[in-house]
Amino acid sequence: MLNDSVLTIIDQSRAQGWVLEPDAKTILAAYGLPAPPHAWARNLDQALLEAATIGYPVAAKVVSPAVIHKSEVQGVTAGLKNDSELSEFYQRVSGLPEFQGVLVEGMAEGVELIVGAKIDHQFGPVILLGIGGTSVEIYQDVALRMAPLTEQDVTTMVGELKGSRLLNGYRGAAVIDHAALNTFLLRFSELVMDLAPEMESIDINPLFCSDHGCLAADARIMLSTGPVTIPK
Amino acid sequence: MDLTPLFLPKSMAVIGLSLSNDHHPANVIHSKNLLRYPLPCYGINPKGGTLNGEPIYTSIHELPQQVDLAVIAVRAEIVPQVLKDCISAGVKSSIIISGGFAEAGKIELQEELTSIAIAHDFPFIGPNCLGLYSPDVVDTFFLPAERMVQPRQGGVAVVSQSGGILVDLLVKFATEGVGISSAISIGNKALVREPQLLEFLAADERTRVIALYIEGFSQNEGRAFVRLARDCGKPVIVLKSGKTREGSRAVSSHTASLAGDYQVFSAVLRQHGIMEAANEHEMVSFCEALSCYPETRIEGRIGIVSSSGGHGALAVDACIGSGLKVPPLSDQLQTQLQLAISPSIQAIAALSNPIDLTGSAQESDFVEAVNQLAHSAEIDCILLLMLPYLPGIGSDLGARLSQVHRRTGKPLIAYVPHVDKYQMLIEGFELNRVPVASSIESAVKMTRALRRCRPC
Repeated sequence: MLNDSVLTIIDQSRAQGWVLEPDAKTILAAYGLPAPPHAWARNLDQALLEAATIGYPVAAKVVSPAVIHKSEVQGVTAGLKNDSELSEFYQRVSGLPEFQGVLVEGMAEGVELIVGAKIDHQFGPVILLGIGGTSVEIYQDVALRMAPLTEQDVTTMVGELKGSRLLNGYRGAAVIDHAALNTFLLRFSELVMDLAPEMESIDINPLFCSDHGCLAADARIMLSTGPVTIPK
Repeated sequence: MDLTPLFLPKSMAVIGLSLSNDHHPANVIHSKNLLRYPLPCYGINPKGGTLNGEPIYTSIHELPQQVDLAVIAVRAEIVPQVLKDCISAGVKSSIIISGGFAEAGKIELQEELTSIAIAHDFPFIGPNCLGLYSPDVVDTFFLPAERMVQPRQGGVAVVSQSGGILVDLLVKFATEGVGISSAISIGNKALVREPQLLEFLAADERTRVIALYIEGFSQNEGRAFVRLARDCGKPVIVLKSGKTREGSRAVSSHTASLAGDYQVFSAVLRQHGIMEAANEHEMVSFCEALSCYPETRIEGRIGIVSSSGGHGALAVDACIGSGLKVPPLSDQLQTQLQLAISPSIQAIAALSNPIDLTGSAQESDFVEAVNQLAHSAEIDCILLLMLPYLPGIGSDLGARLSQVHRRTGKPLIAYVPHVDKYQMLIEGFELNRVPVASSIESAVKMTRALRRCRPC
């Protein structure tokens, strides 16, 4: 729900135009949208401590208001196996502009989906579900709906993906937790309706879905540059 | 804002008549309504006098009565004053034909019109439009009557941002025998826009289907439109242009890049049970089918009746390609069919699905086959492919088969080649409200239209 900590994050992020990933995950958590265990480490010692708590292997990502696209500056890595690999990563990214630390995060598994939203000029807030990962823009296997989503919207969105077989136990994999995915989408819709006056777009890519549930492994919230009016 | 005087005017004035140019839009509109429509039509020019023996009035205040509709066809600069005059004279609505507003960069001049109208709760269409054509009611298109191809009166209301597309659609509707309730060109849509028109047409008793050609909505207008369309209780069909325009802003997220303007438009329409026509031909087919069957919602189990194996096979391919099913008929139903058809074709007819009655079929065989399918729960729509050049087929078969549909309520869609010599057969269907397509492909599109309107 839209609580004080969400409003504070939005206020503090307005100047840079987008919400840093650790803050975006705090917003997701306020709406009951789960992510893998993660912590924002401001120095190397803290990063090593957090990695020990989470348990190797971990993913690590640079936190910097100057870095929107982390992979373009090699600011993200997965599968770090020990302290020395994490130290090496930390030291390398600490030289990036406006460095504010590293997000250390547990590794998630499952089918990679993308869940997103944008403010459409003609229709206001719209929500996207697609087969995610790095090739998302090549296959463009997505379902779109005007927000807010109904339960019927959510089920038909999942069903209309060409890749929906991937979610239903394709080639011996376990069927994903559909109830968790549906709940995720409905709660995400609630978040989108609340943030609509402030946002331009949200990407959760990838969202890992498995038989254990759905975890948002990355989240980017772009804020709107000018005032917009959103009718209910 | 009441649009009734706009759509059903009982009297009208045309402002801006030329005393020297018979082709002036105002003169064309004045003449055709004066001579061919049942409402009094007054011409106005400040110089007064007479034109073709009719009096010309010098001002809207001089008319013998207050009129429901004023058509304004004067220079853009003086339109605001003319609009104010209309309001002060008690005119109920207006259609502003004149161009030279937002489309020519004169945004403030157009906004002036909107402000005047809002302040007086006064409805107007346009500017920069053709206005309204409603069979037997009124026609404000500045196209000479003899040049227009006019569809008959019927149940389709057409709203178009483009006048040219609208007139072209009317030609196609007329050719395909689709009747219209009203056709509205809204031009720059400075005041009355798609959502208000949708509300009016949803309540309009003459309108069974609402078709719109849309270039785009203003900010958040699409949101209001799709909700009205979903709740309006009538089929709504949209033809969209500008599908390929790229977003003008740099795209900084996957979602923004994957959810382009048109992708969103198309998906949101489907979400709200609005049919999107891919092109003008689909628009016409959808309108024809849904104006005959506005309430029908089939699952899509199609029974095909033909007298040619090739026609049946092409139709099956098109059905499957459209996500429709052509289920094999049960043994029991095939036995009933076998007993019902003429002995002369019993050994040669194919009675699964598609049914091929062969070139030796008689009229009664078509009636029996359609009748059996109409009474069977195995299929929910009948696609009838007529080869009217066969010797066994008479010209009143269309009317006979339409009766089967009317008795059973099962939707029937026919394909008959559209040439003059088969017109009586075609009208036998169409005048009994059974849609007739001019190609197998269109017939299947019509069938697909009946599966629409399931908001997803």
